[in-house]
Amino acid sequence: MAQHVIVVAGGLSHERQISLESGHRVARELSQAGFEVTLSDIQPSLLDLIDKLDRPVIFPMLHGGAGEDGAVHEVFELIGVPYVGTTAVACRASYDKALAIPVVARAGLTVPKRVILPHDMFRDLGAPTLMRLIEDRLGLPLFVKPSASGSALGASRVDRIEDLPTALVNAYSYGRVAVVEEFIEGTEIAVPVFDLGDGPIAFPPVEIRPASGVYDFEARYTAGATTYVCPAALDYDSVAACQAAAVEAHKSLRLRDLSRADIIVRDGQPVFIESSVAPGMTETSLVPLSLATADESLADALATLVRRAAVR
Amino acid sequence: MNVPEKRVETRIDPYVDAYASRTKGLKASAVRALFAVANRPEVVSLAGGMPNIADLPLDVVGDSIADLIRRRGPQIMNYGSAQGEERIREQICEVMRLEQIEASPDDIIVSCGSQQALDLVTRTFVDPGDVILAEAPSYVGALGTFAAYQANVVHVAMDEDGIIPEAFRAATIAVRAAGRQVKFLYTIPNFNNPSGILMTIERRRQLIALAEELDVLIVEDNPYGLLALDLPPQPAIRSMDSEHVIYLGSFSKTFAPGFRVGWALAPPAVLKKLVLAQESATLCPPVFSQFAISEYLSTWDWKGQIDKFRSMYRERRDAMMRGLIDHMPAGATWTHPKGGFFVWLTLPEGFDSDKLSARAITHRVAFTPGTAFYADGLGSRSMRLSYCFPTPERIYEGTRRLGETLREEIELRATFGLVDPHLAIEAASSGGPASTTLPNHDF
Repeated sequence: MAQHVIVVAGGLSHERQISLESGHRVARELSQAGFEVTLSDIQPSLLDLIDKLDRPVIFPMLHGGAGEDGAVHEVFELIGVPYVGTTAVACRASYDKALAIPVVARAGLTVPKRVILPHDMFRDLGAPTLMRLIEDRLGLPLFVKPSASGSALGASRVDRIEDLPTALVNAYSYGRVAVVEEFIEGTEIAVPVFDLGDGPIAFPPVEIRPASGVYDFEARYTAGATTYVCPAALDYDSVAACQAAAVEAHKSLRLRDLSRADIIVRDGQPVFIESSVAPGMTETSLVPLSLATADESLADALATLVRRAAVR
Repeated sequence: MNVPEKRVETRIDPYVDAYASRTKGLKASAVRALFAVANRPEVVSLAGGMPNIADLPLDVVGDSIADLIRRRGPQIMNYGSAQGEERIREQICEVMRLEQIEASPDDIIVSCGSQQALDLVTRTFVDPGDVILAEAPSYVGALGTFAAYQANVVHVAMDEDGIIPEAFRAATIAVRAAGRQVKFLYTIPNFNNPSGILMTIERRRQLIALAEELDVLIVEDNPYGLLALDLPPQPAIRSMDSEHVIYLGSFSKTFAPGFRVGWALAPPAVLKKLVLAQESATLCPPVFSQFAISEYLSTWDWKGQIDKFRSMYRERRDAMMRGLIDHMPAGATWTHPKGGFFVWLTLPEGFDSDKLSARAITHRVAFTPGTAFYADGLGSRSMRLSYCFPTPERIYEGTRRLGETLREEIELRATFGLVDPHLAIEAASSGGPASTTLPNHDF
C-alpha cells in the first residue's frame, strides 16, 4: 500500500496564497512519485485526518507565522507523527532573526550589519533618536523588512533617511519586529539545500534579475517579471563559496531536510541574508528551477525526503 | 557541490514577449494575495461583494429546473439567439418597469452577467487611448474592463448626491480641448460600488440634461437598484432619456450570480452592434441559465423574494453602521448607504489602506483598499467595507477588529511622525462600545 502523505498548506498567514500554490505543487509532485497524497489546510479536521490514516507523513508547506516559527512542528511532535523539515526547536531559533543571525555569523558567514527592533522601542525611547542611531551605525542605503515574513512583503529599500519612518511602518504592518540592515549592493542569489541521505548538499545557485530592479512581490510571482539565471553567472569560486555558505547556514541553524539560503554576492563574496525552512515551490519559485537545472527530479527529491521522514 | 556546466536563463513563462500589450497590467499583487486569507473562517471578511443568497427557495428552484429539463431539455441545452431568448427579454422589461423604464424586448440584449454587457459596450465603442469618464471612486470590475481595452479613464468627482454635474461638464470640455473624444460616462447611480452613494433624482435630471447638451452617452450600470433599503426603487436615468443611455441590468443581486445572466438596454442602432459583438464573443448568452431564470420569474414571487433580500441586507447594513459608530477612531468618516452592499470609509491624511490591509489581516478582518476603485492611483486613504455576506454579529465584530487595527496604526504612525499626533490622543480616547458620539459622515 502506498505511503500516505498529508501536505499541509494555507494557514492564517499573509503568505497563505503562496503557501497554497506551493502545497498544490508539492502534492502533485508526490502523487506522481506514487504516494497517496491529501492536501490539508491548518484546520481542526487535520488532526482527525492524521488520526485516521495509517502512519502518514506530514509535508508542511506553510509560509510565515505558525508554519515557520515551529508552532505546527511542535504539534506534530506532540502527536508523534513524522514530518518533513526542520524540528520545532530549530524552526523557532532560525525564525527569530535576532537569534539566528549571530549563530551563522559565529559559523564564519558574512552577514549585513543590522538592527532588529520591536515597534514599541521606537515609541518608548523616541523614534527620531533611535532612527538617528540606526543611520549612524548602518549608514545609507538601508533595507527594512519584517522579522517574521517572507515573499518581500513589507520590505523596502531606503535611500533617504526621511523615508525610513514609512519603511518601518510598512514592515511593522506584518509583525511587531522589524529588521533594519545595511543595503548590500550585489548579485542576488538563492541556494537550495537538500539532505537526501548523505548530508546537506547545495544545489546550483539561482541568480535573480528582476526587470524592475527590485525583487518585490510582483517580481517574484508574476511570470516574466524576473529573469532567473541558473547556475548564477558568477565565477566558479564564487558559486562554490555561495554553496558552502548555504550548507554552513543549514548546518549551523540545525535545519533539516531542506532549506533555501538567500545570499547577495558582493565583490565575489557571499553575504548571507537569511535561510528559509519552507522554501516556496510555486511556478516561479527558485528551488524547483535549481533542481531542474541540476537534472534532479523535484518529485524524486521530495519523495526521498518523505521516505526518510517516514522512518525517523 | 552540484554545479552543472550548462547555464539556463529563463523568465519562467516562454510566452512573455508574445502577450498583447493590454495584458501588461495583469500582475501579481500582494494586496490581492491577502484576499486568500480573507476566506479563512477566523477572518471577518468585509472585503468581497458576494450576494447572500442563503434565503433563496432552493427546493423550488431545484424542482423547477428539473422540470424544465424534463420538458424542454433539448432546447434549453442547445445554442440560442445571440440577443437572448425572447421570453426572458419580455420579463426583463417587467423587472425594469419597477424603476420606471418603459422598453421593448427588441431593445434588450442578454449577456453573461452585466459584466459582459459592459465588456460588449466597451469593445463596441472604445479604441485604445479613448477616454471614458467614470465616477470617482468607481467599480473595480469596470475599471478592469476599461483597462483591457486600453481606455484612458478620467474620473469625475462625486459628492453625497452623486456625480457633480459641473465636474462632468469640466471633464468633458477638458478632454475635448485636448483633442480627444469622450466615448461615454460610466455611472452606478444606485448605491454606487464602492461608495454606497445614491444619486439624487435631481442630479439624474441634471446629468441627463447635460449629457444631451454635451452629446455624451451615459452607461448606467444598475446592479443594486432594487436593493434600496430605506426607500422605494428610484427612477432610472434611462427612464428619463432613451437616446443617451445604455442601461445595464443584472439578476446577480436580485436572484443569484451563478447563473451569469445580465442584460443591456440600448438605443436600436447600438443594440445591433452589441448583438454582432455578442455573436463573436460567445455565439449566444447561456441558454440554460436564461430559461432557469425565466422559470423562476414565472413561478415564484420574485418581488417578494427581493423584499426578503432587502430586509436581510437592511439588518446587515444597520449592524455595520452601529459597529462603525461604536468602534471607529476619531477622524474616520464614512458614507451612510440607503441600499446596496457597501460603505466607503475614509481615514485622515497620512494613512494608506493598501498597507493597512496586512495589519487588518493580523487582526482577522479584511476590507478592500480604496486604490482598487481608481484608475489613477488615488483612494489610498479610503477603503470599501461590504456588509452583504457575513451575519450581523460578524459584521459588528468585524468593525470592532477594524477599530483595533486603526488605533494600532494611528499609534504607530504617530510614533514615526506620519500622522498628526493629536489623532493618536483622540484615537486612544474615542471609539469603544460605550461611545455615543456620531462622527462626521461626510463622503
